[in-house]
Amino acid sequence: MSTGDMVKLNYSVNIEDFAKAGDISSNTKKVLKKLGIPSDITRRAAIVTYEAEMNIIIHSSGGEIIVNIDTAKIEIIARDYGPGIPDIDRAMQKGYSTASDHVRELGFGAGMGLPNMKRCSDGFLIESQKGKGTTVTSTIHIHN
Amino acid sequence: MYLYEIRDILDAEVIAGKSRMNREVDFAFGADLMSDVLAFVNERTVLLTGLTNPQVIRTAEMMDIKAIVYVRGKRPDTASLELAEENGMTIMCTPYTLYTTSGILYNAGLKGIDQLGVVK
Repeated sequence: MSTGDMVKLNYSVNIEDFAKAGDISSNTKKVLKKLGIPSDITRRAAIVTYEAEMNIIIHSSGGEIIVNIDTAKIEIIARDYGPGIPDIDRAMQKGYSTASDHVRELGFGAGMGLPNMKRCSDGFLIESQKGKGTTVTSTIHIHN
Repeated sequence: MYLYEIRDILDAEVIAGKSRMNREVDFAFGADLMSDVLAFVNERTVLLTGLTNPQVIRTAEMMDIKAIVYVRGKRPDTASLELAEENGMTIMCTPYTLYTTSGILYNAGLKGIDQLGVVK
């Protein structure tokens, strides 16, 4: 990728589509690898995307994931159409989860998703409006 | 520790990635919670789990984990195996429980991931 070039990936995420869960992050990871992004950066971006994908599938009424890649950074925007997070501080607490038993049986819903996304990001922002939806923006710097 | 050593000491059956037994791992991590795997694990780790759905393979894929041992005689579903092959992973099944599997590997010198404070 030469300076100024930008790759944009755009995916829609369906609710409770557990069979496809991971497809978006898998594809994103393949694209990052192909672009020659260092493997530790690629892994962090893959974790953020996967957690975001699971969050939208588990908790929302559907949404989308947009990944913008340029030479300096990867920006992952996960946006859903509701119901919104009533208490973001609580949602950010390790171990706090509102996931169902079914989700827990799949190995998720441990309340680690958002903290883990933040840990893997250099910049991290959650905006949420009750009834409207949530947007999580993660930025990861690329260092060569 | 080499994957063929893990296979031998766990009396494990290799059900995917038989040709990739010369890979080496530095750590093992045992969990049925994929959320925790995503939070704590590094590459060059063998994942020990009793959970058999495709999300296990997806999680391993994101973390660059190349070896999974299913414990308690569990076997992953067909979709998992296909996904594992696609990602060049080695999959083994052992009859031992998670606790015993961990003990055998630890005794043989394979360490766990100790820094559980990694999540800010």
